[in-house]
Amino acid sequence: MTQSPSLLRRYVFSTDHKIIGIQFLFTSLAMLLIGGALAMLMRWQLGWPSQPLSWMGQLAPNGMPGGVMVPEYYNMLFTMHGSVMIFFGIIPILVGAFGNYLIPLKIGAPDMAFPRLNMVSYWLMWPAIVIMFLGFFLEGGAAAAGWTSYAPLSVTLGPGQTCWVVSLLFVGTSSIMGSINYITTVINHRAPGMTFFRMPMSIWALFITAIMVLCATPALASSLVMLLLDKTLGTSFFMPSGLIVDGVALAHSGGQPILWQHLFWFYSHPAVYIMILPAMGMISDILPTFARKPLFGYHSMVYAIAAIAVLGFIVWAHHMFVSGMNPALGTSFMVATMVIAVPTGVKIFNWLATLWRGSIRMTVPMAHACAFVAMFLIGGLTGIFLASMPVDMYVHDTYFIVGHLHYVLFGGSLFGAFAGLTYWFPKMFGRMMSERVGKLHLLLTLIFFNGVMFPMFLLGINGMPRRIYDWSQYAHLAHLGPLNRLMSLSAFLLFASQLLFIGNFFWSLFKGKQAPANPWEATTLEWTAAPSPPPHGNFERTPHVYHGPYEYSVPGSSQDWLPQNQAPSDK
Amino acid sequence: MCWARRLVGSSAVRNFKALLLTAYCLVLGADPAWAGSARVWFPDNLSSVGSQVDQMFLVILWITGIIFLLVEGALLWFLIRYRQPANPRAAYVHGCRSAEVIWTVIPAIIVTSLAFASQRVWAHIRGTPPAHQLEVEITAEQFAWNVRYAGPDGRLHTEDDLELINQLHLPVDQVALVHLKSKDVIHSFFVPQFRMKLDAVPGLTGRLWVQPIKPGQVEMVCAELCGLGHYRMRGYVTIESAEAFQSWLEQTRVEQSL
Amino acid sequence: MASAPRAQFVTLAALVVAIGCGGGKPQEASAKSNTAARPLQLAQAPEDPATAQPSGSAAITGRVAFSGAPPAAERVKMDADPQCALQHTDAVHKPEVVVNANGTLKHVFVYVQQGLEGKSFAAPASAATLNQHGCMYEPHVFGVQVGQELSIVNSDATLHNVNCKATKSKPFNLAQPTKGMKTSKQFAAPEIMVKCVCNVHPWMAAYIGVVAHPYFAVTGDEGTFSLAGLPAGTYTVAAWHEKYGEQTQTVTVGDGETGSVAFEFKAQ
Repeated sequence: MTQSPSLLRRYVFSTDHKIIGIQFLFTSLAMLLIGGALAMLMRWQLGWPSQPLSWMGQLAPNGMPGGVMVPEYYNMLFTMHGSVMIFFGIIPILVGAFGNYLIPLKIGAPDMAFPRLNMVSYWLMWPAIVIMFLGFFLEGGAAAAGWTSYAPLSVTLGPGQTCWVVSLLFVGTSSIMGSINYITTVINHRAPGMTFFRMPMSIWALFITAIMVLCATPALASSLVMLLLDKTLGTSFFMPSGLIVDGVALAHSGGQPILWQHLFWFYSHPAVYIMILPAMGMISDILPTFARKPLFGYHSMVYAIAAIAVLGFIVWAHHMFVSGMNPALGTSFMVATMVIAVPTGVKIFNWLATLWRGSIRMTVPMAHACAFVAMFLIGGLTGIFLASMPVDMYVHDTYFIVGHLHYVLFGGSLFGAFAGLTYWFPKMFGRMMSERVGKLHLLLTLIFFNGVMFPMFLLGINGMPRRIYDWSQYAHLAHLGPLNRLMSLSAFLLFASQLLFIGNFFWSLFKGKQAPANPWEATTLEWTAAPSPPPHGNFERTPHVYHGPYEYSVPGSSQDWLPQNQAPSDK
Repeated sequence: MCWARRLVGSSAVRNFKALLLTAYCLVLGADPAWAGSARVWFPDNLSSVGSQVDQMFLVILWITGIIFLLVEGALLWFLIRYRQPANPRAAYVHGCRSAEVIWTVIPAIIVTSLAFASQRVWAHIRGTPPAHQLEVEITAEQFAWNVRYAGPDGRLHTEDDLELINQLHLPVDQVALVHLKSKDVIHSFFVPQFRMKLDAVPGLTGRLWVQPIKPGQVEMVCAELCGLGHYRMRGYVTIESAEAFQSWLEQTRVEQSL
Repeated sequence: MASAPRAQFVTLAALVVAIGCGGGKPQEASAKSNTAARPLQLAQAPEDPATAQPSGSAAITGRVAFSGAPPAAERVKMDADPQCALQHTDAVHKPEVVVNANGTLKHVFVYVQQGLEGKSFAAPASAATLNQHGCMYEPHVFGVQVGQELSIVNSDATLHNVNCKATKSKPFNLAQPTKGMKTSKQFAAPEIMVKCVCNVHPWMAAYIGVVAHPYFAVTGDEGTFSLAGLPAGTYTVAAWHEKYGEQTQTVTVGDGETGSVAFEFKAQ
């Protein structure tokens, strides 16, 4: 390598895990914004069904001719919203951005085990993104079979749906590469003294997440290949005989539509945990830092994550209680699903107990972490309704599910991402974010988030199906207009509130106060052994680890934190 | 527990809830009319199993509701009580084995019993159907429900079958066995007032029994995305007395032969 | 060193896009209206439509007779959608085989099949209209010229999707959720016939004859047709019916003359 690598090598095709993490961060933040904008269009249609939005008529003449949305465009919107948010937003920000940035820094390694593989894993995101959005410009428009892409519908749809499949193949490849890298790095590149049970919870969570990605993603990849073959070469993995689609008898025979659901959920249920475990891990780092107190029950927190990961692989068919599979089969999945509430509960109670008798500094990251606990709790508790088969039979595929998943993925994953981002921003960019704007952003986000998502439970209880372009024609839903408009208004304000965050982010990036190496007085290596931001190679000399990750308020010490790398004799 | 029920049900709490919602609506310029109305809840129950589903829902709602209040309350309390100015020095505690055992075992007992209770209701609804008086076949297609009744010979799939589109009539109090099929993609048969839902999967025949408990006019909804007309895949369910059902059957049979 | 794999990678990505995305068939959700600048592929584009337009003063007229007992028309189940049922007081039957009082057959599409080769005709400026009214298509059978604007209108307060299964032109399937909604479409190549259906109301069907010239007609309540303004020549005239298929006859007409053709469809 040359003395001063070109700008391109340093910032674009970089192999430095920190740059790659920040690349993932910017990409996924942009994707979250786009995914959010798609949701705004949906909320317009749901709040004011078939009312024209004239400027959109110019922007999307096919989807919204004269500004009035057509149903096929609505189908594309929720499909793309879900796919973009999950595959380009939440997974990349939690696993890609934080995983890359934090793992080497927190375990005391100079970089990832496979820096080049790491770079490829980021650059595979771009073809995925381009191909996914390409669908909008093709005949027939973008994918429109929902983010679950159930066969046979997905097989019968046009080229946009094929793009969706190809795009996800890229995402899957990227994920697998990233996960191999994380696992290898955590196993082999820990600093001396960094035993497994001295690793911070965020690293445990990312490590276990990477194992889940490695085990689950191949199932997705293979089922995507089968779907692609069904679509393009006329194979019949998911297509039974005797299909008559739109009056035309199809030549497929011998396939099984439910097989797609089994394979898809065998990936996608673990994927739900892939999207929440890293957030849980980061929260477990942030709460002790600002409560100035060791994490309550560190070992049981690790075992709880491991238990969630293991159980996460045997609950997939709880998405399929009404799918037409044998009703007796549901029982085992119901029991496993109910049981998964136990380790989840342990985590929540342990977080609470961490706050108990702490000395709480209510900073922006801490406030986000508390919002995470409060909102994820709702997501978790509503999951119990869905686990109960008779209740699920009623609320399945209604807005109850939509509410539940948004409390988990927004209330959980995204609040977690906000917490992580505001917590590690000083380390990443060497500057502090504005506390005042940050708190205003959190407050507005919390209010409007609940304003959009909580009524979804009510809609579900009323029997409003999801993925419905116009609910107003149904007699049993006709009275839900005010509620839907309230949700839409909240959604627009929720979206607008994010401008505060974007403003704060970029303002702080250039104008924020210079950050010291350890602004939060935390104990872990990225704060105690490296400057902000850390240079290429992270540490001047390899740190030595002597303590667990959460040694706060140790009795008999003047400062209330004990860095992991502080040698016992230093006292 | 009764104090909690009294608290949640008390008019002060209800008024406070309505006040909060109304304030939120007014701030956003929305119509607050619904905030005070109790209408935003389950639709009428018209099937023999619906009340069991609702009951299961309410049981879970009570249990999770109490946990929700306790946890959120504790969270708020800790955040206020242990804020830095009020408690400058944190305790040095790494955990407490007995506490952790308690909050592992108690939730485990709760969810296991919920699983058992759910299983009983589920076995009743989706287990072996009781003896039926009527058979209907519903074949879903993009974007309509094809409903088929047996003709005078009492057998399905014979010459004299009665075929309808989007019209399902059921006699009250009788057990009807529904055979669910699909021509093209996956649909889902959903009648909110029956609290029942089952996917119509091409290549499979789903079986579902339903016993309506009172007359009514309701709608069936497609609950599984099936394409551009998915939202409009609406059927009409008429529940009427056995006599009215028979005469409707006769009349439709005459009309069909015209 | 890094540029070679990168270039390979870009090629690979482009290849996958090309294979993956080109392979699908646009079957549903094809919402392209003609406002999207889709090039008009006229079969034979005239260099100057104003002068190249051939015409003449010959005409072909005739009637389409029907013999035998017509099959009973199937009754439409309007109660499938209350919005449809509301608009009809009497029973509605499928307009498949409609025999007029004078023994002629309605809804027969008659057009010049051969004899105009090498001539090109500009599409008329006026649009043809397909109206969805009372959950039936109006008209049930009609013709448009290649490149002519087809205006599709929903006059019902319910969703109709217009699923036109063209094979020579691009098929489309678009939804019109609201009353009064209008969409414009064109067909790029001649085709006898393009069938359009509505999947929400399975009884709805319309047949569109797409022809490269203006010489076509549909029989009405009198069962007659007239193809006027033809150049002198020998023509094969075809009559198409949705149930009974197509018949042809050949006729020669000179300028100012009117040739006569009689078709007869028999009950099966």
